[in-house]
Amino acid sequence: MSGPAAVLERVCAVRGLRGAVIVSSADGLVIAESLMEGVDGRAVAALAASLMLRLRRAVEAAGRSAPAFVQLAAEQGSVLAAPAGDDLVLVAVAGPDANVGLARLELLAAARSLA
Amino acid sequence: MRSIEPWVNAPLDRFLMESSARVALLMTSSGQVVAQHGFTRSIDVMTAAALGAGIVASTDELARQLGSRRFGSLVHQGTRQQVFLAAFDLPRGRWIGLVVFDGDSTVGLVQLFFDRLVAELAALAPPATTGGPRPLPETFERDLNASLRALFGR
Repeated sequence: MSGPAAVLERVCAVRGLRGAVIVSSADGLVIAESLMEGVDGRAVAALAASLMLRLRRAVEAAGRSAPAFVQLAAEQGSVLAAPAGDDLVLVAVAGPDANVGLARLELLAAARSLA
Repeated sequence: MRSIEPWVNAPLDRFLMESSARVALLMTSSGQVVAQHGFTRSIDVMTAAALGAGIVASTDELARQLGSRRFGSLVHQGTRQQVFLAAFDLPRGRWIGLVVFDGDSTVGLVQLFFDRLVAELAALAPPATTGGPRPLPETFERDLNASLRALFGR
C-alpha cells in the first residue's frame, strides 16, 4: 500500500490531468487532494462519491458487480473515478487534452495500491 | 416543504433536491421554525427545533470556553441516518439548519449544498425589520398556532 501523497503524485503526472482526489466513499469527504487552482476538491469529492454510490446500486440492481472504473465525459474534459477497496474512491479531473487511456491505467494501478 | 417565509422556498427546495436529504428544518437561533420539510407532526418539528437550538447554544458556549470561534457544523452519525446541524448568519439574524439524511446522501454532499443554500439565503434575505410587531404573551399562542398551520398546511 502506498501513501496518499505518493499515489496522487503518480496519477497527476499524467499529461492533461488537472488533479486528483482521494475520497472517503461513505461520506464523500476529501482524504487527500492534489488539484490545480480553480478545481473545487470538496465539490468533486462529494459529487463523485455520490455518483459512485448510485452507479454501484444501479449495476448491482442489474445483477452486475460494482464498477471498477467510471469515465464521465464532458465538453471540456472528463472526470475519472476508480474505487479503491470498499472505503475509498480515487477521482481524477482531466482536461480536454488529457491522455485518458494512460490516465485510466494509472488510476486503476493507484487504486489497487491504495486498497 | 412548508415555510412561513416564502423567500426561503426556492433555495430550500433546491437544497433538498440536490442533497437528497430526507428532513430539513430552518429556524432562528431561538428555535422559532421558519421552514420545514419531512416532518408530519407539529410536535416533532417543535421538539427538533428546540433541541437543535439548544445544541447550537451549547456548542457556541463550549467554543467560547475553549477560547475558539464558533464551531462550523456538527454531524451526528447514526447507523441508518445522520443529522447535520449548522448555524449561519443572515441579515435577519442568526439562523440554524437541521438536516437528516440517510444512505442516499453523504456528509460531503449535504455540507456542499448546505453552503450553497446559505449563500442563496444570504443573497435573498430581506433586511431585518426593526419596527415590526413584537411577540406578546397574550398573542403568543395564537401566533404559534398560525405558524404551525403555515408549516403543516392545516
